[in-house]
Amino acid sequence: MPKTSDALKRTRGDVPFALVNYVGFLLFALLCAYPFYFLIINSVSANDVSALGDIRLWPEGLHLSNYSQILQLDGLSAAAVVSVARTVIGTACTVLASAFLGYMFTQERMWKRSLWYRLIIFTMYFSAGLIPLYITMKTLGLTNSFWVYILPAIVQPFNIILVKTYVESMPRSLQEAAEIDGAGTIRTFFRIILPNMTPILATVAIFTAVAQWNSFQDTLLYITDQKLYSLQYLLYTYTNQANSLAQAAQNAQGNLGAIVSAATTQTPTSIRMTVAVLVVLPIIFIYPLFQRYFVKGIMLGAVKG
Amino acid sequence: MFLVVLPFLVLVLVFSYLPLAGWATAFFDYKPALGLSGSEFVGLQWFRMLVSSPTQLQQIGQVMANTLAMSFLGIATSLLPVFFAMLLNEIRAPWFKNAVQTLTTLPNFISWVLVYMIAFSMFSTSGLVNSVLNDWGLITTPIKFLDTGEHVWLTMLLWSLWKGLGWGAIMYLAAITSIDPALYESARIDGAGRFQLMRYITFPQLMPTYVVLLVLSIANMLNNGMEQYYVFQNAFNKEHIQVLDLYVYNIGITGNSLSMATALGMLKSVISVLLLVTANAIAKRARGTSII
Repeated sequence: MPKTSDALKRTRGDVPFALVNYVGFLLFALLCAYPFYFLIINSVSANDVSALGDIRLWPEGLHLSNYSQILQLDGLSAAAVVSVARTVIGTACTVLASAFLGYMFTQERMWKRSLWYRLIIFTMYFSAGLIPLYITMKTLGLTNSFWVYILPAIVQPFNIILVKTYVESMPRSLQEAAEIDGAGTIRTFFRIILPNMTPILATVAIFTAVAQWNSFQDTLLYITDQKLYSLQYLLYTYTNQANSLAQAAQNAQGNLGAIVSAATTQTPTSIRMTVAVLVVLPIIFIYPLFQRYFVKGIMLGAVKG
Repeated sequence: MFLVVLPFLVLVLVFSYLPLAGWATAFFDYKPALGLSGSEFVGLQWFRMLVSSPTQLQQIGQVMANTLAMSFLGIATSLLPVFFAMLLNEIRAPWFKNAVQTLTTLPNFISWVLVYMIAFSMFSTSGLVNSVLNDWGLITTPIKFLDTGEHVWLTMLLWSLWKGLGWGAIMYLAAITSIDPALYESARIDGAGRFQLMRYITFPQLMPTYVVLLVLSIANMLNNGMEQYYVFQNAFNKEHIQVLDLYVYNIGITGNSLSMATALGMLKSVISVLLLVTANAIAKRARGTSII
């Protein structure tokens, strides 16, 4: 809004209103941010103090050994590898497929183009349901397979719409020039289209990566093999099952040999907090950097609705 | 050119259309070990069983009540992001505005597992809130915030608001920036104050966006998803937290009656599509454009 006549327009109600407004937002922002801060300070504080629930505003007995010890936990480093692998491979596959399909569906020469396009888009509004999907995965032998994290997520209708809209807004002459030079459709895609799509692909990539990293339900449904658990799933079991956590704490201790001191001895609280920070840290770092891509993504989505 | 797209179409067919064949499960007494061909055909038995006994009927009734309650609470609070955006827009300091935006949208990007972990460390009997209340001498026995069947709908609503409010406002904030400044100019010349501008210009200008989202959320009434409710679920709150999606999971995967869960899921899918088509038709008549 233009600010030209603000000073003139300021009435008596304005100052209390602004005050309440600022304070209100400040409180809500703190409410959103504090839990993250709480996790972080607890994960770096003395473990005997954090177990009592006494770390509230700042860390006490600062130490980072939780982070090196946590990797000794049974299954944790495997889960970290699974989570990173699904995020990297899954995002790469989805981004490439979205770019390729989004572009191909702008090519009028494709046989029955709009039929295939509709076939894909329709899946946005309809799902056979949880159990039939589960039975399908089982029949295909994808349960307890790493690929269940990747394959079903490759074709994303929403992403294809985003890319297609973007390609349609690119100058037509770009493609035509390439074709006159004798480049085929595929060659044009890799040489001309792909390098010019980076803004939209960044948006697609960031959304896909966050979704892959956060995904929990597919592990819950399709995976019973502990080697394929993701970090999210491990965090859930640690939070919910005190027994498995106490066991994990004991094992971690055993693996380390002699106990060093109460401040660095693993407790259920310290394990829970440290794993939680491990899970959330990538999001906290990445989100502010790429915030504009997130915002752009939702706006583009709104256009198509 | 079609050939290079074909592998992707196969993926879509396999993961989105092939499962439809799984609907057949609803008409058999499906035993995973025997496969569909080895299982007995039972016709509509499972559909009848959903409503056969009073206990079953009561359970389905409770699940429907939970599902609709959560959806309606969500719809009832759907204006909050609009107000959030309008009020945040009144903040003058850009740095403050940006900081608020970043911090309040962050929870949207963490998983429900993490939200539950946060809930656990804040509100469990040994959590932060209880230990603070205890230190201040306000309570002597810890309050069971999580292990209780009371106020489940409300707490679930509050957690979804915590997670989604800031992000929900983003679209409206962007919509505000695209409002024609001339509208504000002329209203100011007519002597409108800040609140009148909000009431008569900003709010009505946001309504088209709001209505589209509202119609979509009505169409999605039965699809609450299961993740949030699954992670918060425990023996105490189960009765009030089981929404349709979670119930299908609980009876199908945990309870091992795949056929009955498929029957229920099938009904849900069909009704959802009908709701969406209806909502779309209404939107089309009202606005002249379809929303899907």
